[in-house]
Amino acid sequence: MKGRINWKSVRDSGGVWIALVVFLVAAAISNENFRSPQNLVNITRQVSYSGIIALGMTFVIAAGGIDLAVGSLFALAGVVSLFAMNAAGGPESVQLVAGLGAALGVGVIGGALNGVLVGAARVQPFIVTLGTMSIFRSLALYFSNAGLVRTDNVLYQKCGMAEFGGIPLPTILLFVLTACLAVVLKLTRFGRHVCAVGSNERVAYYSAIRTGLVKFWTYVLVGGLAGLSAFLLGGRLNSVSSSGAGLSYELDAIAAVIIGGTAMTGGKATIPGTLAGVLLLGIVSNVLDMWGISVNLQGTVKGLVIIIAVLIQYKRKD
Amino acid sequence: MLRVENLTKCYDAETALDHVSLSLDAGRILGLIGENGAGKSTFTKCLTGVVRPTSGTISIDPGVSIGWIPQEFNLVPDLTVTENIFLGREKSRFGLLDRAAMRREAERRFRKLNVEIDPDALVSELPPSGKQMVEFAKALDESHRLLLMDEPTTILNEEETRRLFAIMREFKAAGGSIIYISHKLAEVREICDEIAVLRDGVLVSVSPASELDPAEMARRMVGRELSHMFPEPPANPPGGPALEVEHLKSGRAVHDVSFTLRHGEILGVAGLAGAGRTEMAEAIMALRRVDGGTIRVDGRPVKFRRPSDAVAAGLSYLPEDRQGSGILPGFSIGENITLVSLARYCRGGLLCPASIREAAERYGHEFQIKPNRPGALLSELSGGNQQKVAMAKGLDTRPRIFIFDEPTRGVDIAARRDIYEFIRKCADDGVACLLISSDMEEILGMCRTVMVMREGRVAGFRSGEKLTQEELMYLAIGVDR
Repeated sequence: MKGRINWKSVRDSGGVWIALVVFLVAAAISNENFRSPQNLVNITRQVSYSGIIALGMTFVIAAGGIDLAVGSLFALAGVVSLFAMNAAGGPESVQLVAGLGAALGVGVIGGALNGVLVGAARVQPFIVTLGTMSIFRSLALYFSNAGLVRTDNVLYQKCGMAEFGGIPLPTILLFVLTACLAVVLKLTRFGRHVCAVGSNERVAYYSAIRTGLVKFWTYVLVGGLAGLSAFLLGGRLNSVSSSGAGLSYELDAIAAVIIGGTAMTGGKATIPGTLAGVLLLGIVSNVLDMWGISVNLQGTVKGLVIIIAVLIQYKRKD
Repeated sequence: MLRVENLTKCYDAETALDHVSLSLDAGRILGLIGENGAGKSTFTKCLTGVVRPTSGTISIDPGVSIGWIPQEFNLVPDLTVTENIFLGREKSRFGLLDRAAMRREAERRFRKLNVEIDPDALVSELPPSGKQMVEFAKALDESHRLLLMDEPTTILNEEETRRLFAIMREFKAAGGSIIYISHKLAEVREICDEIAVLRDGVLVSVSPASELDPAEMARRMVGRELSHMFPEPPANPPGGPALEVEHLKSGRAVHDVSFTLRHGEILGVAGLAGAGRTEMAEAIMALRRVDGGTIRVDGRPVKFRRPSDAVAAGLSYLPEDRQGSGILPGFSIGENITLVSLARYCRGGLLCPASIREAAERYGHEFQIKPNRPGALLSELSGGNQQKVAMAKGLDTRPRIFIFDEPTRGVDIAARRDIYEFIRKCADDGVACLLISSDMEEILGMCRTVMVMREGRVAGFRSGEKLTQEELMYLAIGVDR
């Protein structure tokens, strides 16, 4: 049963999987450093932070919305999380729980704010999240005096660097969350309702679906995932930069979702496709690094990949 | 003027058009009839270039352009009437839009159509019949020598249909040709010179309209004899009151509606467009705000806060606007049917695809949905089959009160009969049925009691064996005899 569902997703998002394989093979042939297992593992860890957010973004876009605020929310959640960790007394493990709780809490609350404005107040998601993007970033800067927030919690650092069988914790979480959320999207009422709302909100409303509530939960979901992701990255660096953290994560996440084959207009979505999109973007920037291409030019290549990927998908529909 | 040779269109495995050849001379009106799914829509889509034929040729005389009046409105709601009429063929002077000239021309076309529509009104503010008139005005461009009309009279009343026919005859006399697609066979016979019958993508016959009576047309469309259109009325007398509505008020559309609907009864709701029938149904279903009045279900007063409350109380609603609020074209048959009743198909929080498929197959068999593949997307289905899916979706919540709003609009004869049978079967099972329809024949054929609405109020109830269309119409327009 599981296998068949996954195959269907693969078919739906066929283009991105082919591109992923092509890139992987080409990079592996052209560069021997690329094919080292350590490098491949590194790529998955590097993309996992924005990748986890992209999974949530898939739900938002599937329901016909967009969330531009995730990058700023990521920074705010990271900053507040470290403050909470530093403020909490007691053993390091207690501090860690406080930090995790704060990160998730800020993410969920920030997402809920977007969700209420979109779902209940019925404001355009683009406008709402454009506004909250500015609000969240400015709060993060304000709380930290536009600087770096640090912690010397050693346990947190251990967590951030943790590996199981050579696989980093963020990578594991990315894959586990992919599996879970793929099931949620395809095999729960919530997932079905998300696609119905994105496909035609009026039909969903006439089908006795609480459309506002469905949209609300998609923003809460992506907010919570942004908080979790911020907590993971904070542990890696033992610090969060209020100005740099999560910068352009919203674009990376949206790009991965679209490359993965989810329709920008909503209604059709694939979580495995999003994962493929995330990995594809990671491989592209890794290869560019190895070829010694200027960091400043990488955005151009990334942009081309996004446009070409989407072009191929639209061509396929004819 | 138009010559079509061996036109074939296949969607994946299904053949929608199979080597169709026909030709049309100048100054002729060709009727195109067939069941839903017979290939009429595909034919128009090939002619207008919306889809690419798999094989075959379409040749049109040089200089002839085609005006298309599609079945579903093709208008931009946020533009004015004039802007819509000239969309894509705007008149301009010195590179700037010549708004005055376009407005004048729009007015001239409405005068010709004999309707009063403000050329500066937004299309979104017009009632459906007004939008239809805008579509006509759009197609009345002088340069069009060939008109393609897909179900143009569905939402028109008799008077408006008369006017349309007069314009069509004028157009024909001026040397223009029309392909006229309709389910209203009497109208097709009246207006057309020749009638082409499609069945399962194959052109069955092209013959002069004078040689075909509606019964013969129907026989050719389905390939068998059709006996009675309407089933016998329910055998059992109606049971206790299922739905009692008193002094219902909602917005500007529904002012004061009171009625009692009994179990096993089919109560007809007649009225002109804009009489507030759909709005009344939507208010009952909590799809729109209720400003006053009481609703009782099985004697208990209820206050629905949202549509899901109404569904939970045993109500189901088949919306009038199938495309806009009934079905999701990008979803499969199974996904559409179980959209409202999805909770029943969950095991431990997870959906059970096998049971959804099984349910879809069961309904597909019961309603003879073509194709009977639970995974088929609704966009691949014809209008009549989409409507059957919409009905199955409403039925799958196991309602005890079912409100049908224009259930056979744009649906062919065979599917229509299936739908009537289905409504009748619901009533036999004790479901209280409210049948909202603009088709008087349908109301008279299906219902023993008819509620007539006018301007948001109940104009009166009529019942009995000898009800006539005229009687209902007088009540609907408010004229005393």
